[in-house]
Amino acid sequence: MRRSGRPSLRRRQDMDTSDSGGVTPLGRKTAETGINFTSTTRFSRGLTFIRTHTLFGQSPARRIIPQTCLLQENADPQKIAFLLRKQWTLYSVTPMYKFSYGNLKEYSRLLSAFVAAEKRKGLAVEVGNDLGIKVTLSTLLGLKGTDQDQVAILVQIASRSQLPCENAEDKVVWSGWFCCISGDDLLESVPDDFTCLSLFLANGAESYTAIVGSWFQKTFDCYFSHLTISPLNLAWMAAMWTGCKVDSHMAATELVFSVPCIPQSLDISYAIHPEDAKALWDTVQKTPGEVTQEEVNLFMDCLYSHFHRHFKIHLSATRLVKVSTSIASAHCDGNIKVLN
Amino acid sequence: CISYKPFSLPEQLVGTDESQQQQLAEAILKEKKTFKINIHVATSLPLPAERDHIRPRIDLIAFMINMQSKHSLRNVEASLSHMDANFFLGKVCFLITGVGRMNHCSVEMNAVRKLGNLYCSPVLFCELDSEGIRVATAQRLLRMLQICAGHMPGVSALFFSSLMKSSIDE
Repeated sequence: MRRSGRPSLRRRQDMDTSDSGGVTPLGRKTAETGINFTSTTRFSRGLTFIRTHTLFGQSPARRIIPQTCLLQENADPQKIAFLLRKQWTLYSVTPMYKFSYGNLKEYSRLLSAFVAAEKRKGLAVEVGNDLGIKVTLSTLLGLKGTDQDQVAILVQIASRSQLPCENAEDKVVWSGWFCCISGDDLLESVPDDFTCLSLFLANGAESYTAIVGSWFQKTFDCYFSHLTISPLNLAWMAAMWTGCKVDSHMAATELVFSVPCIPQSLDISYAIHPEDAKALWDTVQKTPGEVTQEEVNLFMDCLYSHFHRHFKIHLSATRLVKVSTSIASAHCDGNIKVLN
Repeated sequence: CISYKPFSLPEQLVGTDESQQQQLAEAILKEKKTFKINIHVATSLPLPAERDHIRPRIDLIAFMINMQSKHSLRNVEASLSHMDANFFLGKVCFLITGVGRMNHCSVEMNAVRKLGNLYCSPVLFCELDSEGIRVATAQRLLRMLQICAGHMPGVSALFFSSLMKSSIDE
């Protein structure tokens, strides 16, 4: 990695294609905004993190896939499984100042009070009325790309059960988690007081996301911004996720394209049988454990020309907006959902 | 294709987005100049053979690539293979639009830079949707056209390749 003032062109992709245990999240990062996004595949797979640190506008030429499993031994399977099958909205977060892992309980307390206060604003305050909101911050062990990555943090807002029954459980109404995957380049340039957890994923009501976001921004002097995914990155995801092995039921690989039309834009949905897609990818990928831009282009071009042959429409002139595979789906607006 | 009355200094714009080509052509024509120019707009090459005998000599070809459409890149790549090698001595340039909206880009920056290097031709980034940039691009193209046609004493189109070395490559 170069230390010059210029960001370096470096990317790394870790994918575990073995059948051994472990979760496989795929993540990528674009340097200009310092963002990671991850999607976790089935817990029993292996962690896959892809990270790119690129010059403005440049996309990675090659991604190396180490064969080692990246899921740390101390991962909590239940918690990881909790992350699956939910729609997450992606945000990028600047490094947080003076965030301490030892103070999580204190942060939970403060954030609970803040959320309760924000929710109460504008409502008539009744004496003794407790909105029953409880916020917990906890660590999510095991979601790391490398050892230098910071430990992921899970934030959950639960509404306390109104039932008098003792066994009643709190219902989680909102979740969000911070993580940093393979953020080596960033971590080396970040000063000591800062914690770099550059990716934030939120699931739940937008109002809670805003409240939690503003608390973190005020407390740790960071900034949240919405993360969108470009068609180039979506194409990479389509290719890489197609290449992953999935034992259970395979859903069709679906690509959605947006055609700018007047008066209303047209959406084209292209569904491919998962085995066909995997077969195509297997013929394209030359080196197991490595994915290049040319291979991604070739894969997409094959799909486009097949479509053109049947429908005489040039998909390459449209914009890819959504990719959906058996492993995960991603939308250009920054929503991802991990299925496996 | 749209052809104007033949005068000296013909220029050719090749690309898939016809409205953008039209707008740029009009911007070029609006510019104040002391010579007459002829602009030929095409969606791809080769040009139809039947008009070869009345076609004037072409001094500059500008290929337009939209970063938001991979199709436009493929189209230009296909057209390039039909060109005579003599044009690549400074008489070709690439106009790249659509980079402003990074999240809509379907073409990698690398691909475009490689194209420029491969064909030894300058790559100009311009957001032709914006009027100001359109005017500026028109002025640049006019300047290049003057040089390519030999109207600038002491300056030849071969000099363009020396302008293409950027600090990033070093």
